[in-house]
Amino acid sequence: MTPLLEICGLHVEVEGREILRGLDLEIPLGETHAVMGPNGSGKSTLAHVIAGREGYEITKGIIRYGGEDVSELEPEERARKGVFLAFQYPVEIPGVNNTYFLKAAVNEIRKHRGQPELDAVDFLSLMRDRVKLLDFDEDLIKRPVNEGFSGGEKKRNEILQMTVLEPTLAVLDETDSGLDIDALRIVAEGVNRMRSPERSFLVITHYQRLLNHIVPDRVHVLQEGRIVESGGSGLALRLEAEGYGKAAAVTA
Amino acid sequence: MPEPQRTLGAAEVEQLVEREYAYGFVTDIETEVVPPGLSEDVIRLISEKKEEPQWLLDWRLRAYEMWQGMTEPDWAKVSYPKIDYDAISYYAAPKSAVEDGPKSLDDIDPELRRTYEKLGIPLVEQQRLAGVAVDAVFDSVSVATTFKEKLAELGVIFCSFSEAVKEHPELVRKYLGTVVPHTDNFFASLNSAVFSDGSFVYVPKGVRCPMELSTYFRINASETGQFERTLIIADEGSYVSYLEGCTAPMRDENQLHAAVVELVALEDARIKYSTVQNWYPGDKNGVGGIYNFVTKRGKCAGARSHISWTQVETGSAITWKYPSCILLGDESIGEFYSVALTANRQQADTGTKMIHIGRNTKSTIISKGISAGHGQNTYRGQVKVLPGASNARNFSQCDSLLIGPDSGAHTVPYIDVANPEAQLEHEASTSRIGEDQLFYCRQRGIDPEEAVSLIVNGFARDVLSELPMEFAVEAQKLLGVSLEGAVG
Repeated sequence: MTPLLEICGLHVEVEGREILRGLDLEIPLGETHAVMGPNGSGKSTLAHVIAGREGYEITKGIIRYGGEDVSELEPEERARKGVFLAFQYPVEIPGVNNTYFLKAAVNEIRKHRGQPELDAVDFLSLMRDRVKLLDFDEDLIKRPVNEGFSGGEKKRNEILQMTVLEPTLAVLDETDSGLDIDALRIVAEGVNRMRSPERSFLVITHYQRLLNHIVPDRVHVLQEGRIVESGGSGLALRLEAEGYGKAAAVTA
Repeated sequence: MPEPQRTLGAAEVEQLVEREYAYGFVTDIETEVVPPGLSEDVIRLISEKKEEPQWLLDWRLRAYEMWQGMTEPDWAKVSYPKIDYDAISYYAAPKSAVEDGPKSLDDIDPELRRTYEKLGIPLVEQQRLAGVAVDAVFDSVSVATTFKEKLAELGVIFCSFSEAVKEHPELVRKYLGTVVPHTDNFFASLNSAVFSDGSFVYVPKGVRCPMELSTYFRINASETGQFERTLIIADEGSYVSYLEGCTAPMRDENQLHAAVVELVALEDARIKYSTVQNWYPGDKNGVGGIYNFVTKRGKCAGARSHISWTQVETGSAITWKYPSCILLGDESIGEFYSVALTANRQQADTGTKMIHIGRNTKSTIISKGISAGHGQNTYRGQVKVLPGASNARNFSQCDSLLIGPDSGAHTVPYIDVANPEAQLEHEASTSRIGEDQLFYCRQRGIDPEEAVSLIVNGFARDVLSELPMEFAVEAQKLLGVSLEGAVG
């Protein structure tokens, strides 16, 4: 079976500097993979290039999603095909109500899938339902998008958006950064509840601790723009104990 | 470490803010136009056409005399070639509307009716906007006013200015020029000399006007100016909410619109005045468009009176307007909520004056300026507290949103306080639509154009929420439309 996400020999430049240098990665549908790596290894670049952010130039290689080359697609086109990025630094959009924003997103996606748009009443009840499911404060849905949110609230809001948008591929970019242990658990539970044979996750993180809560099927080590080692969930524990230096040495 | 913030480049902005003006058509209708140029004779002619009493003609002539000795103000941060006041025609009216005098709604020229339908303003009482009474002003004359009879049952007078001069001369004479005198400023004096029509509202004591009153201004004829005058009087304990909208055809020439609006709120009265201004803004290169040089002022004459100005300014090549409040009555309240959007080569210099005279007076100023393309947006506002205005309070907030590297935002607050008990607060901010905000929206599946409109509307939310509900949606769409890109 074709993997949901298939990245082959990917080279990416940001502002003229090569960040990814021949990255290979495959994620089959229904699996959760973790990419771990030290600072500056290219983790966030990987997340952004999958989502199609401008300024991340693919100089070589290919990104296939659902068997289709998506390297040239606009970010919104990828989103409508089911790609979701939980941002490491979620952006504030002052004055735009969280519910209104998410409704615009959901309806845009539904429109492109030929589904009828949800009206305000239906959507609000969907939001309420998801907020309850995630055990979030209902206040969150009335506030402007991320405006004045604490770091933890912003991350939770990303998970709420993911839960409402129901993507096929969710990329979590250092979702654990800046979270205390309770917030981490809540976020992880939100993700685990979403795991299904119809959905894949790419969990990008610096630390192993998130992977205690979201146990991945596979772990990949990213270093200097390449995957240098792959293994089962035990690999994360070994990295925690030995540090990233060892992993690099193995392949050197 | 957060991503370095990339701002949007000129080309990207161009695509996002390229605008299509939806109301640029011309109505083909036989029009009576007075030859260009301004003189005493022209003023006499206008007055005669309107069958005005002598006192009003005299007032016009005094204003004209005054105006001749005045110079055009040059302190605003706008630039435009010198206006040739002798090249403008000061009166234009569709023949069908003037020949037989005022008509019932059923007798309006079908061409005019179609024009207003195209603009989304049905001149029929049982239509969609059933809760809104409309006075339709076409070039220099009012062509129809809806719901007049229904409002009259409550004693509310809502009619064209010309009609008010005929039917209610005592009210017009009592209040005309009491807020904006004929000597006030260059454009107000010009208006006083040549004003042709506009709306008149009187709400009697203790009456809460049951529907929104609105005037829709349409410039159609070329090489003419529009000089309307609006006068609204809210008697003791009354309430009225009034809204004006305006559009004009697309033309390469600039056209002058110099209006005057006067509001009078007596004891315990409240006037809510909203504007959705969408005059033709000119093309991408700044060719054509309306010069919107307007004087608007309200007088909170009685104790506890309350005047709110809300404006959404998206059109015009140049906007020069400062809707102001004279807070004369003790405990009176003045408010100014403004969104001004300038795209392409548009320039806006707008703000307010809050003059605190009475004791315990309060004012609030919320100004949101959005500049895109080469748009220039200036907030200019004055808060003045006179010696007798004990315990006066003002809160001002001026926020600017920049889209693209070539746009400009400027804030010029003047604060003048002569009473030690006054409390004033001023907050200001400038921000940009970042590439990160756009990417965030797009990653959620939202089109870039839709994303810009979303961000802009969010920025303007505090002001939009002040608009009457019937028009908030309209205004929101207008901010969206104005920034819509060429699809591609």
